[in-house]
Amino acid sequence: MNPVYYLYLASLLFTIGAAGVLIRRNAIVVFMCVELMLNACNLAFVAFSRLHGNLDGQIIAFFTMVVAAAEVVVGLAIIVSMFRARHSASVDDASLMKL
Amino acid sequence: MDNLIALLIAAPLLGAAVLLCGGRALDRVGHWLGTVLAAASFVIGAVLFVDMLGKGADARTMHQHLFTWVPVAGFKADMGFQLDQLSMTFVLLISGVGTLIHLYSVGYMAHDERRRRFFGYLNLFLAAMLLLVLADNYLLLYMGWEGVGLASYLLIGFWQHKPSAATAAKKAFLVNRVGDMGLSIAIMLMFTTFGTFAFGGVFGAADGASEGKLTAISLMLLLAACGKSAQVPLQSWLGDAMEGPTPVSALIHAATMVTAGVYLITRSSAVFNGAPNAQLVVVVVGAVTLIFGAIVGCAKDDIKKSLAGSTMSQIGYMILAAGLGPIGYVFAIMHLVTHGFFKAGLFLGAGSVMHGMNDEVDMRKYGGLRRYMPVTFVTFGLGYLAIIGFPGLSGFFSKDKIIEAAFAKGGTEGWILGAVTLLGAAITAYYMTRMMLMTFFGEERWRHAETRSPDAPSAEPAAAGRGAHDEPHPHESPWIMTIPMIVLAVGSVGAGAFFGIGNRFLNWLEPVTGHSEGHSPVSAGVVTTATIVLLLVGVGIAYLQYGRRPVPAVAPRGSLLTRAARRDLLQDDFNHVVLVRGGEHLTRSLVYVDHSLVDGVVNGTAASFGGLSGRLRKVQNGYARSYALSMFGGTAVVVAATLLMRAV
Amino acid sequence: MSFPFLTVTAALPAAGAIVTAAVPAARRTAAKWTALLFSIATLALAAVVVVKFDPGGSGPFQLTESHTWIKDFGVSYDLGVDGIGVALLALTALLIPFVILAGWHDADVLEGAEPNRRWRPTQGFFALILAVEAMVILSFEATDVFLFYLLFEAMLIPMYFLIGGFGDRAHAGGDEAAATQRSYAAVKFLLYNLVGGLIMLAAVIGVYVVAGTFSLTDIAHLRASGDLSMATSTERWLFLGFFFAFAVKAPLWPVHTWLPNAMGESTAPVAVLITAVVDKVGTFAMLRFCLQLFPEASKWATPVILVLALISIVYGALLAVGQRDIKRLIAYASISHFGFIIMGIFAMTSQGQSGATLYMVNHGISTAALMLVAGFLISRRGSRLISDYGGVQKVAPVLAGTFLIGGLATLSLPGLSPFVSEFLVLVGTFSRYPVIGIIATIGIVLAALYVLVLYQRTMTGPVKATVQGMPDLKVRELVVVAPLIALLIFLGVYPKPLTDIVNPAVHQTMSQVDQTDPHPQLEASR
Repeated sequence: MNPVYYLYLASLLFTIGAAGVLIRRNAIVVFMCVELMLNACNLAFVAFSRLHGNLDGQIIAFFTMVVAAAEVVVGLAIIVSMFRARHSASVDDASLMKL
Repeated sequence: MDNLIALLIAAPLLGAAVLLCGGRALDRVGHWLGTVLAAASFVIGAVLFVDMLGKGADARTMHQHLFTWVPVAGFKADMGFQLDQLSMTFVLLISGVGTLIHLYSVGYMAHDERRRRFFGYLNLFLAAMLLLVLADNYLLLYMGWEGVGLASYLLIGFWQHKPSAATAAKKAFLVNRVGDMGLSIAIMLMFTTFGTFAFGGVFGAADGASEGKLTAISLMLLLAACGKSAQVPLQSWLGDAMEGPTPVSALIHAATMVTAGVYLITRSSAVFNGAPNAQLVVVVVGAVTLIFGAIVGCAKDDIKKSLAGSTMSQIGYMILAAGLGPIGYVFAIMHLVTHGFFKAGLFLGAGSVMHGMNDEVDMRKYGGLRRYMPVTFVTFGLGYLAIIGFPGLSGFFSKDKIIEAAFAKGGTEGWILGAVTLLGAAITAYYMTRMMLMTFFGEERWRHAETRSPDAPSAEPAAAGRGAHDEPHPHESPWIMTIPMIVLAVGSVGAGAFFGIGNRFLNWLEPVTGHSEGHSPVSAGVVTTATIVLLLVGVGIAYLQYGRRPVPAVAPRGSLLTRAARRDLLQDDFNHVVLVRGGEHLTRSLVYVDHSLVDGVVNGTAASFGGLSGRLRKVQNGYARSYALSMFGGTAVVVAATLLMRAV
Repeated sequence: MSFPFLTVTAALPAAGAIVTAAVPAARRTAAKWTALLFSIATLALAAVVVVKFDPGGSGPFQLTESHTWIKDFGVSYDLGVDGIGVALLALTALLIPFVILAGWHDADVLEGAEPNRRWRPTQGFFALILAVEAMVILSFEATDVFLFYLLFEAMLIPMYFLIGGFGDRAHAGGDEAAATQRSYAAVKFLLYNLVGGLIMLAAVIGVYVVAGTFSLTDIAHLRASGDLSMATSTERWLFLGFFFAFAVKAPLWPVHTWLPNAMGESTAPVAVLITAVVDKVGTFAMLRFCLQLFPEASKWATPVILVLALISIVYGALLAVGQRDIKRLIAYASISHFGFIIMGIFAMTSQGQSGATLYMVNHGISTAALMLVAGFLISRRGSRLISDYGGVQKVAPVLAGTFLIGGLATLSLPGLSPFVSEFLVLVGTFSRYPVIGIIATIGIVLAALYVLVLYQRTMTGPVKATVQGMPDLKVRELVVVAPLIALLIFLGVYPKPLTDIVNPAVHQTMSQVDQTDPHPQLEASR
């Protein structure tokens, strides 16, 4: 099977994730969309790894997973504490830093 | 002997300094101090004069160098004096008439609380005027030139609480400044042309300069002379200057300061002689002013303003004569001296009349005063005969010579100038006779004249101390005022004959100014006869109008010319519309421009930065989504650009 | 090593500023006297400098001091004076005691004000004046471009506080409006000068990049030996950078509009400080830095600068005629006079530059006389509007008389010192650029107009009810005005002491710019 199709799938997933980040207001959904984008990147890395015949891409994919895991920990903590404080998970409510 | 020259100036200068800084302590003796110092200057002048007479005609010039005034690489102005026959003539005239008028003022200003300051100003004037005629370079002359302007400003505006006096003073200074602009440009031209502006250097090198340069210098000097000597087109200030106390009008605005222009042109004869075109302009200015002043003199009912018109006209004669070149210089100065006598005498007479008439200046409210003021009448009458050129009196000798010289100019110009000067003589006879008749003859109009309402501005506010606003009781002035008038009257009678007979004045002045006899197309006898005939015509017309018929107490409407002449031939109106209004509009619009345009550009820049940042601020809306969008957009642009670069 | 006169002359007022500021809040009079004594001591020291200065001495600068400061960037603490610097140093030292004396009550705590032990306006006012003096004096002495730049900028700070903090109490709109106007004026002053300074900073760095040093003398040596290679365009850009800053400070049309605001809103002594002292740094720096660092570019820019100066002369005078506020009128008159100074500098003749230097000194004295008397007048009536006065000469003749003399000096009456300088500038300009010289003489007439109109409207005419009973000058005020007037007359009749000091320096500058005076047309035949 042509590895290029994997790249198409990765772009599609990334676009869906990006659109979700831009459009959705719920922090959890935004968060999930970010995850989607990260995984799209992972898919692309693995595909490239296969394409070029070396392991660099797969190594970076592992790195990404670790970072994503860390991000989930921090991010979910923030979302939970925000929900506790404001009883809402909408990102638009967190716009207090504007001038 | 040479070292005495500075003392001539120092004496009145000391007086001015002491009187102006001295404070009230000097109020009681200040006027005498001023008079004594003026007299001291005259005495020093007389001593120097006697000394000068003892020398040969070519060795009479004296110099005194005090110190270098402005030394800057190549530009060197000295505080140095030069006393030759021309300066000597002026020194004696200025200090002599000056002393007499100081004396007169002791009486005239007796009731003015600021008399000390008045004498301080008078002394300041004498010092500046003497500096003007004694300077040995143009820059120092300029200092005297502006100095007399300052003294004139202070004295015209002496009664500063009167708005009209303050305005007149300001006007005089401003118009003079326009003339001064000419003098400063002339000095700059001399400096760039000759590398010097000392008399010796300039006159010595004048032959080598191009005619164009000399013409330019001459015209600029003429502009200066026009300002100071009230010649058309800068004459408008002189009539208003009559707001000053009458002794001031006599000294500054008749006998001395206003003749400075004639001095300047005569002094610069070496320059003018090389610029015939400029001389033509000088002659034209003189001729126009001669008629202009005479017409104004005919129309005014204010005795002082009528005399001011006459002064203008007589100085027109002098300027005209000076413009004729070597055939006229001597006569210009001679007329200047005789004019100094009789015009000062006439003004003092006018002051004496006003003194006795509660400071009324309107001749229509005079009449028949000869019985009440005999001394004034006689001295004024002698001055009158002198100015109209009655044979044998001083005006006759000097004016006749100028008329002859005008004819001697030759060609069509000569005829035109001769005719103008003759016409001027006739008009002079007319307006002076009118003045004489209205003042001293006819019915006593002041008896039923309305008393001036208390709030009408009095011409001479010194009157306040003399009980104005009552019905006038004409009376003769005290001796301290009549003595100067008598002395001046003697001068008016005798000076002309003394100077003219045997060409005394000509021989005296010739070494300085040079002289050449022109070739007159008409003989001297014919000129004299024509002058006398025209004189009689002028007197006759005036007699018919003002002697035979009663003078109306309120001025009739008069012809168009009369009405225009009453308004100084509309020149003030012209100035007002063009210069004053135009200037006001200009400054007002410039103030607006400065505020809204020049300042506006800067403020606008500031405002636009403020506005821009205000708008940019709105981008920071605090929504994480929109930040993400901009990140996304930015990334997209970068990726697209990278791909595009690849493709190319 | 010889005694560092120049450093001490500048350090003395600086020390005075610190001491004055440290005087306890309650001892206001003591603060005033401290400031006055320090300023007089500075004047005495300045007199010593003038005496020690040898006009005929060798070398461009005298009484030099040199210490390495920031070695890595070639910055050193270099001091030295030429004739021009000495003249202006003396002017500054001379004027400050009068400024302090004239402003004796300007910073007094108002009656009924809330007592506050920590509020010390009097100390601040006089300390700031002395601080300005110190910096101005040092800037006249600095021969290091960086050092000069530093002072040029630093003096803005005390000036800002003097303008913004101690405004004129006579304001038509009341205290509220006065405060608004004042802070507007102060900010405007600061912004204009900071923009100028910023551009100059770029040029200062440019000079270092090109020459490798900040020292004036070193640069002159490099230029003389031909080791300084500066591209024509580089030189022009650097010149413009310097000139812009000085033109703002001077001020030259069209960057002049800060001056009327600043002079109008500040107290009269501070206005004198601005126009007679601080602004002189701008014109002085044109002579010293613009001409000596960039001779070729100066010649290149001359026509444009002369035209701008000419516009300043006529425009400033016309606007002065149109003013209704006494102090703004004097400010616009100053703009006109600065036009003359700049015209004299860039006419590139000995007469023009000597005249310009004399003009700086004379303008300082004449404006001080006029402005301070105007300040006395304003403080009596509490209004700056010309229309609020009338007939003052009747009630206060001495005040009116001194005001007139100040005015006559402003209109350059011969016999008073400004005439000498103005005429020299005109002659110097005329001998090279006749048309510009002739147009500039219009300034003479306009000066008479605005001065006499001002005098007529305020001093003559019937006595207005509002000025009835106005007291005449007090002793303190006479002590301020009389010496200034005496100096105006003395330097008008005998300017030789001043010209003797200035002429060699001008000669030096002229040769640096490689210019000679045009010869009179007839010299060959003489």
